[in-house]
Amino acid sequence: MGEKLAERPGGTGEKLAERPGGTGGKRAERPRGRGEKLAERPMSAESWVVGGREIGSRLVTGTGGAANLEILERALLASGTTLTTVAMRRIDAVTGTGVLDLLRRLEIEVLPNTAGCRTAAEAVLTAQLAREALETDLVKLEVVADERTLLPDPIELLDAAEQLVDAGFTVLPYTNDDPVLARRLEAVGCAAVMPLGSPIGTGLGIRNPHNIEMIVAEAGVPVVLDAGIGTASEAAQAMELGCSAVLLATAVTRAADPERMAHAMRLAVEAGYAARHAGRIPKRYWAQASSPEID
Amino acid sequence: MNVEINGAAHALEPDATVADALAAIGAPPRGVAVAVDGAVVRRADWARTRLHEGATVEVLTAVQGG
Repeated sequence: MGEKLAERPGGTGEKLAERPGGTGGKRAERPRGRGEKLAERPMSAESWVVGGREIGSRLVTGTGGAANLEILERALLASGTTLTTVAMRRIDAVTGTGVLDLLRRLEIEVLPNTAGCRTAAEAVLTAQLAREALETDLVKLEVVADERTLLPDPIELLDAAEQLVDAGFTVLPYTNDDPVLARRLEAVGCAAVMPLGSPIGTGLGIRNPHNIEMIVAEAGVPVVLDAGIGTASEAAQAMELGCSAVLLATAVTRAADPERMAHAMRLAVEAGYAARHAGRIPKRYWAQASSPEID
Repeated sequence: MNVEINGAAHALEPDATVADALAAIGAPPRGVAVAVDGAVVRRADWARTRLHEGATVEVLTAVQGG
């Protein structure tokens, strides 16, 4: 067993040497409009590119679950995020456009989602309304199968993704940790794939790291770990697995101290990214002394 | 003319447009989108799109989520 591990130098190590910058190399192989830009761009620890647009932070946050806008504001600032999700709902006289006003003031770009949609048709309409209201073609596409698991419905998701790409949207689909579905979503033109670590709001972390690694290995678009993160080490792990960014909401907004957890997540994403690109040591079965032997 | 806006009944003038429906609920000019009978009405068309008796109007905005 020891040998076997030594033969496979840490999984991620080799891959990094082959294509510095994770997705960069693959992009260059199959340039497709928006893709070309990324290959030209030097890899940055902080920013990444999705659908031809530069995103200043690898931590993408959600706004759901925060007790009020004041707590949300402090958490957003501590996270250093530059892209944040919002949901589309009927306007109500009390809340008005409060969260939008906040994001505008903080100069954080909005990423509307299609949360609550169960069918491709619902998701497409919601995305169209979001584009109209928020003047962005970005959409976090969510089509969930049921309320109990909130797991993506792959059939409806792929259908909606295809329709929205055709309609000119920059589609970021929330998907299962399924390498085949991720490939299909990329093939229909999604600008990123966003596999879950575990179901939304569970805080169970990354249940199948190997699948995430396989998705990263195959993807020519950025992979964003979306959903399931509970604490900082899991955000770092997502980055170590090669994700371009992490999207999380509940882990911060429902933490006892959202501002402090947002800061922890920021550090974790930075640390995980740095570790990924530092080239970790291979795993070994037996010990290896790090001090010189005694004569 | 009777229409439904975000689930509530509203009585509007006979020739009411989407813009009138928005005014009726005090919706802000920015950050909202409108669907009439399940189809998006573009902002540029709000003032010239007439509603019909019994139309279902949905006015959405961004809220905390995701």
